[in-house]
Amino acid sequence: MKNQKNRLAAPFAVGLASILALTACGGDGFEDQDAGGDAEEATSAEGEASLVMLIASSGEAETAAVEEAAAEWAEASGNEVEVRVAADMNQELAQGFAGGNPPDIFYLDAAQVAQQASDGNLHAYEAQDNEDYFPALQEAFTYEDTQWCAPKDFSTLGLQINTEKWEAAGLTDEDIPTTYEELAEVAETLTEGDTTGLVFSPGVDRVGAFVVGNGGWWLNEDATEPTGTSEEVLAGLEYAKENIAEGSFAYAGDVDAGWGGEAFGTERAAMTIEGNWIRGAMSNDYPDVDYTVAELPEGSAGPGTLLFSQCWGIAADSEAQTQAVDLVNHLSTPEQQLEFAEAFGVMPSRQAATEDYSSAFPEDAPFIAGGDYGRGPVNAPDMTQVVADLNSQLEGIATADLQQMMESFDSNASAVLEQ
Amino acid sequence: MKSRDPQRQQGAGWLFVSPAILVLGVFLVAPIGMALWVSLSDWSGSGSPISRDVNFIGTENYNALLADPGLARQDLMISFRNTFYYVLGVVPLQTILALSLAVLLNNRFLKGRTFFRTAFYFPSVVSSVAISLLFLFLFAGSGAINNVLGWFGVNGPNWFQDSRGLIHIFGDAVGLWSLASPPSWMTEPSVMGLSFWEWFSGPSVALSAIMMQVIWTTAGTFMLLFLAGLQDLPVEVEEAAMVDGANKWQRFMNVTVPHLRPTILLVVTLGFIGTWQVFDQMYVMTQGGPAKTTLTPAYLSYQAAFTNGDWGQGAAIAFILFAIIFILTTTQRWLMRDKDASAQKRADRGVRRRQRRRPTPVIVEETQRKAQSS
Repeated sequence: MKNQKNRLAAPFAVGLASILALTACGGDGFEDQDAGGDAEEATSAEGEASLVMLIASSGEAETAAVEEAAAEWAEASGNEVEVRVAADMNQELAQGFAGGNPPDIFYLDAAQVAQQASDGNLHAYEAQDNEDYFPALQEAFTYEDTQWCAPKDFSTLGLQINTEKWEAAGLTDEDIPTTYEELAEVAETLTEGDTTGLVFSPGVDRVGAFVVGNGGWWLNEDATEPTGTSEEVLAGLEYAKENIAEGSFAYAGDVDAGWGGEAFGTERAAMTIEGNWIRGAMSNDYPDVDYTVAELPEGSAGPGTLLFSQCWGIAADSEAQTQAVDLVNHLSTPEQQLEFAEAFGVMPSRQAATEDYSSAFPEDAPFIAGGDYGRGPVNAPDMTQVVADLNSQLEGIATADLQQMMESFDSNASAVLEQ
Repeated sequence: MKSRDPQRQQGAGWLFVSPAILVLGVFLVAPIGMALWVSLSDWSGSGSPISRDVNFIGTENYNALLADPGLARQDLMISFRNTFYYVLGVVPLQTILALSLAVLLNNRFLKGRTFFRTAFYFPSVVSSVAISLLFLFLFAGSGAINNVLGWFGVNGPNWFQDSRGLIHIFGDAVGLWSLASPPSWMTEPSVMGLSFWEWFSGPSVALSAIMMQVIWTTAGTFMLLFLAGLQDLPVEVEEAAMVDGANKWQRFMNVTVPHLRPTILLVVTLGFIGTWQVFDQMYVMTQGGPAKTTLTPAYLSYQAAFTNGDWGQGAAIAFILFAIIFILTTTQRWLMRDKDASAQKRADRGVRRRQRRRPTPVIVEETQRKAQSS
């Protein structure tokens, strides 16, 4: 009996050992990497490099434009680039980093930079003429005094106004709101029957604009401490809360819409706050709705809008970082950025391209203007869950105790930031 | 001749099962082992989890989720609360619905049986993602469900945006409390970071819509299991009950249900496991919203790992979920055990134990008896 057991155990042990060996194999090659790629020298492939680029495409037009631009570079430089379109960007990036073979170059959202940088996944670099990028954008991709990547393009929030409803309410161009008081007034005027004056999506990515307009922000300048209970933040939230309670503002969900653009398209909203991406949605889904775009009105602390941006991230594990940076340089020349702008409607991140863009797309001027004073997303590692919790609390803003809500945000955020 | 050698045969045996062991090992045992390790480590998601940079941090991830007051524990508790109400609603309803459908379709005199069987089973074959998208439209604020409700003068809620709990709404309607200002005896005491008010919210309107969808889709699968069980029930037994003067309901309760006991046990167990692990619907339809009322442990685990980059916590949630499912199904099997059968088994064990205690005389007796009888 005892013998029998031993005979069984031996093959098991061999099997288990070989499995462990198999799994360990995956870990060998990349154990020696360091966190914080900024101090390291860029890797360069010898001879012909073949790069993998992972993009989160908005559609056929974007994919084709990026593929074409990448192919141009590949041909000119004698390297290879494979452009892959991600179905779920976060997940595919995470898999790449975990497996040790991430794409060499990829779209990276400003809200993710601090997290990825602190995890040691990014190779820090500066593209040519880095100072030509909008300062707000350079700032958005800076974490711990290092700019980690080159801004690809950007969007800002603007105020969209339904022309027909505006005129029906007897309002003229003179009445386009420039202050929060005026915004509340016209929203009240426009609220009638099924239509709500101003409808926007819930969460920090919209309400945050009012916080910025009041001179506040969720975290302090260095993103080391939360400032949720500061007067400015509470004033911004209070403004939204009051108007929602009065009924002249509403969340998209309350008018049966998934987001502000849908509420605006179905004309349940006379105004909405969205970025320049709303143009595509309107022309595709609601081509009959006439509208104008204005800058967001000014709060007590001046103009305030939110800025969203993605950059060309380069992986710390890439074996051809020099070539990847070279590709980024090719993709972010003012000329190339204008080509992208024409192909799929993104705004160039370079100031050198701004003038040409504004003359080609004069109706986007309010969005471009936001580049000068817009504020990027919360930029600190491990804040995703904290921000998500704030978003979920903001859904109930109409009846919420703002002081209590922001106190809980502050305590959650300090727990993360102190780590 | 040599193959008769038992030594050689064993080698051949191992050779034949080795592909299975290898596949199970690489795709099942190793990943589970790795996940367990990740849940005990500070792996940040870059590079291999078994490299030198990754440190063992003991139960820190589990502490953050279960002990330390903070966001991680709060979210996990919210997800437990949601799933608790979800399981409480879905498992009994889907079992009863499946059983009723099966009994109806087992009627030999029903016309178009095949059609109905296919029709009821159909939702189980369709991808849950496709069904989820369909339900998004059905339950939209201005969707079909609300239009139908409108015919009866009911102003339907905006289902997937409505975070109000059903118990909260009920209490508000009967005047027990006010939704806008919950009483302090409900909001003050808090257990594991959630107040009583939050614990006793009931499933939100959004979660209820998902529950309806899941009951509808899974009832078909379980109906099939019940149908198979019912076809094993001999007609004679039912006829005997009829002769004894049992009416329809008595026959159902005293003949059909006891006969289906093993099937019911299986369906309820599968139901428990399936409902605690619910993920697809949350991923496709709500992403945990509105106000986290459709957050479930499985979705939270995914979110912790892929969105928040907190791989240790994500893995830890998965293991906590495993522990919960294991404990619950074991308890449920114990509660639903066949009491007569287990009493019989216990008695048998007792006899054997007594026999072991005084082995020699029994064996002697038995051999004697055997010898005599032969």
